[in-house]
Amino acid sequence: MGKVLMKGNEALAEAAIRAGVDGFFAYPITPQNEVGEYLSLHLPEAGGVFVQAESELGAINMVFGAAAAGKRAMTSSSGPGISLKQEGISTLAGAEMPCVIVNMTRGGPGLGNIAPAQSDYFQATKGGGHGDYHCIVLAPSTIQELVDFMFEAFPLAEKWRLPVMILGDGALGQMMEPVDFRGRERLADSRKQPEWALTGAKGRKPHLVKSLFLHGDDLYHFNLRQQEKWEKIQAEEPKLELVAMEDADYAIAAFGSMGRIAGSVIDLARAEGIKLGLIRPLTLWPFPNKAIAELVGDGTLLQRILTVEMNLGQMVEDVRLAVNGKIPVDFFGSPGGRVPMPEEVLAELHKIIG
Amino acid sequence: MSTPHTLSFRFAGFGGQGVLLMGMMVSYAGMEEGKHVTWLPSYGAEMRGGTANCTVVVSDKPIASPVIQNPDVAVVMNEPSLAKFEPLVRKGGTLFINSSLVTGKSNRSDIRVVYIPATDAANELGTTKVANMVMLGAVVGDSGVVSVKTLHASLLPVMGMDKQKLEALNIAAMERGVALLKG
Repeated sequence: MGKVLMKGNEALAEAAIRAGVDGFFAYPITPQNEVGEYLSLHLPEAGGVFVQAESELGAINMVFGAAAAGKRAMTSSSGPGISLKQEGISTLAGAEMPCVIVNMTRGGPGLGNIAPAQSDYFQATKGGGHGDYHCIVLAPSTIQELVDFMFEAFPLAEKWRLPVMILGDGALGQMMEPVDFRGRERLADSRKQPEWALTGAKGRKPHLVKSLFLHGDDLYHFNLRQQEKWEKIQAEEPKLELVAMEDADYAIAAFGSMGRIAGSVIDLARAEGIKLGLIRPLTLWPFPNKAIAELVGDGTLLQRILTVEMNLGQMVEDVRLAVNGKIPVDFFGSPGGRVPMPEEVLAELHKIIG
Repeated sequence: MSTPHTLSFRFAGFGGQGVLLMGMMVSYAGMEEGKHVTWLPSYGAEMRGGTANCTVVVSDKPIASPVIQNPDVAVVMNEPSLAKFEPLVRKGGTLFINSSLVTGKSNRSDIRVVYIPATDAANELGTTKVANMVMLGAVVGDSGVVSVKTLHASLLPVMGMDKQKLEALNIAAMERGVALLKG
């Protein structure tokens, strides 16, 4: 079998099975319903567990339970459902439980609509739930990348003992593209029993999984250990893709679906003689600050960055922090589930560079 | 931006006419021929009798944007789609109109317009349901985006292997589309 033509949601679900997910805990919401639909049929066949929970709160707490038992646990939702899961996500981060959470973002706030949007960037990268924590946030642009990130997600979550969020959007979930699963069969879990796993404590001291630290300075020290961990993650894990940046006078910064649409803007601009490049963060947290800062250091050509998002301006704040005032960072946003055309973005670029 | 190696399509019609399937067929056939493809549906609170459309890009190189403002080819299966998509066809592009159901004509002189009585031809074959396959035969035959042979071979993988009984009828419909093109 060569490549297969699949919807993003289904490709993600198939990748989750092959990546070794043990349990998937679902509550339906458009535009990601095919994830749960696919897993309800195929995950039990592969030896895993699928549970349709009674609510989003139920689903995320089932993830907590399965992760605490040392299993690879996952859930998926879209904007409003992810909001409902926030208490659980904060608890998972507080208990240092690895898991994978997918947000196929739709228009918001509130119930919004079911069209593709990127308005959950703040929620994904700046906490979402309460307390000092971060999830690692991956932002795929294509269905193959969605699949590839799914394979990276559990090892990353387990390496750092943090929830990993895959931040997609309705377009990525609903569109179809050929994907390659060759050489990626589901393998038996070869991991040792995770050191935190709650397995009954027969013949050993009990393990404790909790996010409550009432005694003395326990929470203070826990928080400081998290800070050390974040520093390591920020040093080791940021990823970005640079396209046509070698000679670029201008750049578009964009992530996810917008990141690939921007690829066409680069072609349109270059055809007009505008030296435009693309900065596409693949990890939104940790944000690739350092790599972006290097683009605007002494003697660099880059004069201006246009950040384009399907929201009213969220990642642009991180781009500005990374650039630190060295060059102007402009913003063009298309909210409400309206996916901008490459020509619209090019027109915006013309306005800015004159 | 279109190059000779990239072709973009917009398929539009009533929900139930199989316009999403037309796009999937082109996408699958493109993949089978080793090309890069994207298929992007308009999705929403849509239902049978409502409107549906999808955007398909087939290219020799990796595809950046799956959203296309001005497609090289637009295929309109019903009247409302003509008004919506006729203005969007790229200058020099092609507009296919299901002339059985669409009474309007295109007034544009900067595009090529191909009228295919797809629904009538389908009825002659015994069922209106294959109007999409008639039109698809014409679109593929004309654009050469994939070979008609690959298109035939894509039918069962896309529709489901349990649809074998319907294969001959659908292939006859596609062949009818190719024939109508030649006039």
